[in-house]
Amino acid sequence: MAEYHLTTPMTDADVEKLRAGDVVHLTGIIYTGRDAAHKRLVDALDAGQSLPFDPRGAVIYYVGPSPARPGYVIGAAGPTTSYRMDSFAPRLIAEGLKGMIGKGMRAPEVKAAMAEHKAVYFGATGGAGALLGLRIKKARVIAYEDLGPEAVRELTVEDFPVLVINDCHGGDLYAVPELEAALG
Amino acid sequence: MRTISRQSVVDAVAAMCIDANRYLPADVLASFAKAKAAETVASAREIFGQLEENAALAARTGLPLCQDCGLGVFFVEVGEEVRLEDGSLREAINAGMVKGYGDGFLRKSTCDPFTRKNVGDNSPAIIHFDLVPGDALKICMMAKGGGSENMSRVMMLAPAQGLPGIREFVIRRVAESGSNPCPPILVGVGIGGNFELAAINSKKALMRQVDDVHPDPEVAAMEADLLASINRLGIGPMGLGGATTCLGVKIKTAPCHLASLPLAVNIQCHSSRHKEVTL
Repeated sequence: MAEYHLTTPMTDADVEKLRAGDVVHLTGIIYTGRDAAHKRLVDALDAGQSLPFDPRGAVIYYVGPSPARPGYVIGAAGPTTSYRMDSFAPRLIAEGLKGMIGKGMRAPEVKAAMAEHKAVYFGATGGAGALLGLRIKKARVIAYEDLGPEAVRELTVEDFPVLVINDCHGGDLYAVPELEAALG
Repeated sequence: MRTISRQSVVDAVAAMCIDANRYLPADVLASFAKAKAAETVASAREIFGQLEENAALAARTGLPLCQDCGLGVFFVEVGEEVRLEDGSLREAINAGMVKGYGDGFLRKSTCDPFTRKNVGDNSPAIIHFDLVPGDALKICMMAKGGGSENMSRVMMLAPAQGLPGIREFVIRRVAESGSNPCPPILVGVGIGGNFELAAINSKKALMRQVDDVHPDPEVAAMEADLLASINRLGIGPMGLGGATTCLGVKIKTAPCHLASLPLAVNIQCHSSRHKEVTL
């Protein structure tokens, strides 16, 4: 397992070198978006409209942060469960999205889209919201402000720690549950 | 009849909401330390280290432990000889929760089920009242996140399925949940009652201490068996493999209809945030 420092936007070459299990420190701009925001992003594409950010090379972090306390740029900001974005992710990957940060398992269609268009799924530690929020240097809402925690934000991160869960070569880091052993 | 002021309920509930989201209970933290020491997988130890660091950072900075500050769920035991001096108890608890989520910079997560429009203040609180003897008011609060809640299930088993059926359903549910609910998890199990009581009991069970032992030896044995069995799944912290998929299994039982065997599994993430106060 290797360790990489990558800056956004990411390229095909960045994605191709990554393997499940690699540790990545991300620096640059990443965008937030989760359930309701994803629906709007895909609705916008269906309507022939442009997205509130350039999807090419972009990384989306599935997060709905808590409000920023005075003196902080953002509140707690750990990943939310990714499967809820599975029905939208292939469309965004086809538009050039290179990375997704979340937690939990992805659908086969998402993994297939990642292999076809060269994209990567990163995991961050779920529930470590205070720790991850403190790694974010700047945050501003750029779209869908009415969605509150689900609004699309532009985050500036430095050495944001993530782990490659699914790479574009079919690699998958998640343990397969040993059901036989458990049922005994 | 003893009277309690509305303001004392509002203040107590607001403080509980903030503290529950900011300070991980000592028994949960102790369970992290114990599990970390027993882990042989490097990623599992690393995750426990991050969770311990996260808890320390939240306590120091006042940031919530997790961005998902949950729905405010309350189990309230109302003494038959206590009443609120001014106003309704339900309204006072709700107002306290709204105040706590506002003052504490906690995320407001309630929304309309169809339009998905955010209510904006995390209301309404979900409150379960029990009438009990005495003149005390006990309020238990749980900040219940959506990621783990989504992995929960109710199942109406046939009585003939018995204990083996219960055991298999619980283990399969955890296996199917995999990395989604932020393992290591706690598992609340409601057995018996009816459709809705099993679900309520599965969540009430999660108010217990991680390491306590159920007073009924048979139930205690079942909790121990389920815990050991679930941990053989090998899902591990964050689904990256390891010895700790589950920190504790807590069962609450109730008598049921002779035709039924209701079963509910409520999954709780490692950030098991809850507080209780007696006024």
